[in-house]
Amino acid sequence: MAGRINRPYSEVTPERVYLNRRAVIGGLAGAGLLAGTGARAQEMPQFSIEGFDTTEAPNSFEEITNYNNFYEFGTGKEDPARYAGALTTDPWSVEIDGLVERPGSYGLGDILSKVDIDERIYRFRCVEAWSMVIPWNGFELNQLLDLAGVSPSARYVRFETLYRPEEMPGQRRPILEWPYVEGLRLDEAMHPLTIMATGLYGRELPNQNGAPLRLVVPWKYGFKSIKSVVKITLTEDQPLNTWKRSNHREYGFYSNVNPEVSHPRWSQASERRIGAGLFAPRQATLKFNGYEEQVAGLYKGMDLSENY
Amino acid sequence: MAAETVNRLARRLPTWPFYLAAPLPPAWLFYQAVIGRLGVDPVKAMEHQIGLLGLQVLIASLCITPLRRFTGVNLIRFRRALGLIAFFYISLHLLVWLLLDVRIASQILTDIYKRPYITVGMVAFLLLVPLALTSNRMAIRRLGARWRRLHWLVYPAILLGAVHFVMLRKGWQVEPLLYLAGIVLLLVIRLPVRRWVAAWG
Repeated sequence: MAGRINRPYSEVTPERVYLNRRAVIGGLAGAGLLAGTGARAQEMPQFSIEGFDTTEAPNSFEEITNYNNFYEFGTGKEDPARYAGALTTDPWSVEIDGLVERPGSYGLGDILSKVDIDERIYRFRCVEAWSMVIPWNGFELNQLLDLAGVSPSARYVRFETLYRPEEMPGQRRPILEWPYVEGLRLDEAMHPLTIMATGLYGRELPNQNGAPLRLVVPWKYGFKSIKSVVKITLTEDQPLNTWKRSNHREYGFYSNVNPEVSHPRWSQASERRIGAGLFAPRQATLKFNGYEEQVAGLYKGMDLSENY
Repeated sequence: MAAETVNRLARRLPTWPFYLAAPLPPAWLFYQAVIGRLGVDPVKAMEHQIGLLGLQVLIASLCITPLRRFTGVNLIRFRRALGLIAFFYISLHLLVWLLLDVRIASQILTDIYKRPYITVGMVAFLLLVPLALTSNRMAIRRLGARWRRLHWLVYPAILLGAVHFVMLRKGWQVEPLLYLAGIVLLLVIRLPVRRWVAAWG
């Protein structure tokens, strides 16, 4: 990954102009994973990103927007749909700081004019052992990080959700430590599967799903996909994510979907697909939520039951 | 005075309508689930709502004694019905979990063994089984004084039920903690404090 991360921003734009962007990003990321060199994109084999989309039938808009964990609006699954309407999402900006070349406040409109939005149909697996298939619209997080220019010493990315108790009733109670914090290792953040979602089904992202801008990391449990992001900090040390802080025995930093690693609260071997119906059986949970081929390399040599 | 009126009314009220009405809430839940009116995850909704209903009815059965002590209202005739109906709901809660939610026999056993909140819930259920089995006249007659002692098991059972509820939610959530607090209060007011005070004073 090093070659990709250390690339100065100036190099990125011209490449994007004359090359298929998807091939650039995918090719470089693939090259980084395989060879760890800073090889040029032109020499890389075509890396088809289309393979990332699942062909499984997506859940309905209704299901995706009425069954949410977003404790900022309450702990019930219906609470976010009920209360998130009060959230002001415009204007919105993201503070990017820490180990970046161009720290500062990035307006959402400005960000959206510089990134490529496409559709990604991803499986989404909650740590509570339910799952959905969601057609997101969004852009690869690496594009946003490139806008800010990641410094060579950065190793982790820390994300923060909006803290605005006037509009987020759940934040008036100490259910969790607010604001909600999540984190990724830099290579996880730069992976082409990792996106910042801005929409659903081609529509604007509903507030209960994390409007206007949320992270989606499809091979990790849903709580890693932090919502309504206002701050991104590049750090040298591993950030302490909210759920790990709240209960480190149950929630780790990595939280990769893994049927082999037992969770003290839920068996992760199987899952209930939302919308499958009252009598549908559970289905087996796939390692890395079915994205093993794309991401297993990130964890080579790591004991995933230690680094859960 | 008011208590007397309630007691007079209660004496005239039969207990069979309770048993007759008991299956209606779960039947209604099941119907709602079938026609898709129970949200997008009907299995979880049924599981949780029946479980909560069981806990609520069990709490109601535990209110009968303090109600008599503090207000003079005597509803003791309905206590057995409430206890049995609570057991019925809690059994359905378990059945929904077994037959609609998990279904995989090996996973059920590991869940009971490995997930503390399920272990706790399962122990609470098992504690209630002998109580349900002995909630009939013959058992009361046969067991005599031992019947009362056996039925003290309802105290640890309901406490574990509340703990099960607190544990299954992520983080410290208000609703289950309120239930736990209410149940602890119902148990604390049963402690023979006056007797201790007399003994030590």
